Amino acid sequence: MCAPGVSGMIELKGVSKAFGQTPVLRSFDLIVTPAITTVLIGPSGCGKSTLLRLMIGLVQPDEGSISFQGRGISPQSVLSLRRKIGYVIQEGGLFPHLTARDNVVLMARYLDWGKERIEKRLQELADVTLFPMQGLTRFPTELSGGQRQRVSLMRALMLDPDVLLLDEPLGALDPMIRADLQTDLKRIFRALKKTVVLVTHDMGEAVFFGDLIILLRDGQIVQIGRSEDLFHAPADPFVTRFINAQRKPLDPGGRAGGES
Amino acid sequence: MRGLAHPVVLVLLCLTVLSVCPPRAASASGPEVKIGSKVFTESVILGEMIARLCENEGLPSVHLRQLGGTRVLWDALLKGDIDVYPEYTGTISEEILGGGGVRGPEEMKKALEARGVRMSRSLGFNDNYALGMKTEVCASLHIRRISDLVRHPDLVFGFSSEFMDRRDGWQGLRKRYHLPQNKVSGLEHNLAYRGLESGSIQVTDLYTTDAEIGYYGLTVLEDDLHYFPVYEAVLLYRADLLTRVPKAIGMLARLEGRISEADMIEMNRLAKTDKVPETKVATDFLAKRFSVEVRKAREPVLEQIGRHTKEHLFLVLVSLAGAVLIAVPLGIVAAKSPVLAPAILGFVGVIQTIPSLALLVFMIPLLGIGGPPAMVALFLYSLLPIVRNTYTGLIGIPSPLRESAEALGLPAFPRLRLVELPLASREILAGIKTSAVINVGTATLGALIGAGGYGQPILTGIRLDNVGMILQGAVPAALLALAVQGLFALVEAAVVPRGLKG
Repeated sequence: MCAPGVSGMIELKGVSKAFGQTPVLRSFDLIVTPAITTVLIGPSGCGKSTLLRLMIGLVQPDEGSISFQGRGISPQSVLSLRRKIGYVIQEGGLFPHLTARDNVVLMARYLDWGKERIEKRLQELADVTLFPMQGLTRFPTELSGGQRQRVSLMRALMLDPDVLLLDEPLGALDPMIRADLQTDLKRIFRALKKTVVLVTHDMGEAVFFGDLIILLRDGQIVQIGRSEDLFHAPADPFVTRFINAQRKPLDPGGRAGGES
Repeated sequence: MRGLAHPVVLVLLCLTVLSVCPPRAASASGPEVKIGSKVFTESVILGEMIARLCENEGLPSVHLRQLGGTRVLWDALLKGDIDVYPEYTGTISEEILGGGGVRGPEEMKKALEARGVRMSRSLGFNDNYALGMKTEVCASLHIRRISDLVRHPDLVFGFSSEFMDRRDGWQGLRKRYHLPQNKVSGLEHNLAYRGLESGSIQVTDLYTTDAEIGYYGLTVLEDDLHYFPVYEAVLLYRADLLTRVPKAIGMLARLEGRISEADMIEMNRLAKTDKVPETKVATDFLAKRFSVEVRKAREPVLEQIGRHTKEHLFLVLVSLAGAVLIAVPLGIVAAKSPVLAPAILGFVGVIQTIPSLALLVFMIPLLGIGGPPAMVALFLYSLLPIVRNTYTGLIGIPSPLRESAEALGLPAFPRLRLVELPLASREILAGIKTSAVINVGTATLGALIGAGGYGQPILTGIRLDNVGMILQGAVPAALLALAVQGLFALVEAAVVPRGLKG
């Protein structure tokens, strides 16, 4: 998937970003490795969502540079670049005035894909996401939260992007549905071999998905590693504190509040 | 693209299709003689007389009835929107030529000619300004002359708006007679008579040929200090009529010196208290005095309503369609540009604060009289609700949705067309509906500047104290407003996507 000779799918170099007087990222460096799932995790306000929004060009860095497959993000390139990136947010971000189908095929239609090509792709995606084809005629308000996220994922995958960015995609779901969807998502990531960047604040989820976990605090990377590294070789006492705070719901007494 | 059809485009389409229905008699050839009259019965009757004489001579003519006050008629004459209208010498010297002492008729003629206007000789009667009171009140307070009013500071005065403001009106009168009254208000001339009758006012301005003087039992107070100038009835016409329609000049001259004060009072009485249509009053007089027989063309009521409906719809549709075309883009620009938003919203907001009557009259020097100035005024009034709703509709789109559209890689314009405008469609439509309903109501004022519509029978009805006539305009206007509401409910059902309902 990755262009030859490029080590990172997405690279951030010395990126700083502040919203008003509040700095979110300070000269931040990051290389997103192709074909694996990278999880960005950290407490609220650590800058993890901002990182995703920077990667897809929704916000611009105050300083530093961001490149995608070796090309810098510029106002001219941002549109074509976004079409190589799938983006899923917490509530799905589905357009309420369009049916599930119209949401999914919006871009393909805009790009004048033929009817057959669209139908074929739609069928593939429905199979992959386990979303029933007949449900596609419904409007988002007529779907359950889990179904909405499946449709949102279909929309993100429609143009067969190189990268999937997911910003707390399961954050608003209740625990049972969430668990189902976690399993399905992981299977999909494996099957499609996409580069995935997933933002969560749930350690269990991070461990479940993450080939690589990046723990953030105050716009800085605290530790990068596999889950075992974070558990067994914490780079900082904060890592252990964060993991322990997160592990509480898993302790005997029941994992209540999957919402964390 | 099913489901992605642009709702605003659909609405526009509806409006455009609807507004193709043709306007009234604004044909290219046009009538040769355009007659105007002021918004009172005598003026309308005189205007009708000229129109009937034209008809008798075979001259195509149009009579724009009850256009408004002196200023409106004079401006229309100068602009060439009308060729001739009845006027009074006192008004010409004081109001039109701006006072500056007593002028002889020769001086007046010269001043008018300098403006390209000719004046006929007197039609044969004076219609002076005067003050009037109920005869019983006069008797009980021993008031006979205007100077007697000084002794009764508590009397309530109600004057026509024009009289309140005119140079030869209330301000000068108060100074000349040192009148102490401070309960003085402006109101419509015809309502003033009813005010006298009910006792809510005791003194009003009146015209000496008013039929109401006899009808309501009024006493005309003697102008003992000779404040009011003489108001000889004359016709003012454009000098170019001499070359353009020479036939018309002789025809107008036929009226000179032929109408006595008694004739005029009687004709006013017929129209006002006996409710004889002005056309018939004028026709009968011409038949009697000039042995001129004109066919008594009287429009059947239903046809009249039909014509007013057509005029009204045309005013509303054209102005609304224009407003949609301009206001939706303005709202979009405001939503997209935080820099321009205050300027745009402020501008359309300020327009809304201009009183509708003032805006209508303000349009006359720019666009003349008739449909176009009324449409422009209505158009301006329609902007605010549509701009504001488009703006708030777009601003109100939750940022996750806005960003999702951006993240898909849609360029700005398709994003607007495919996502943002449909999401705001409900609010935009609500804005258009508000404008449409307000327009239907405001368009009735268009009759004041000759735009026709349902305002025409309402104005005439007020002038003639004819409730039936008022209803003939008011009821269809109300029904039209309801129909517009209903129509928009249908448009909403068709245009707003299912996912946004309920």
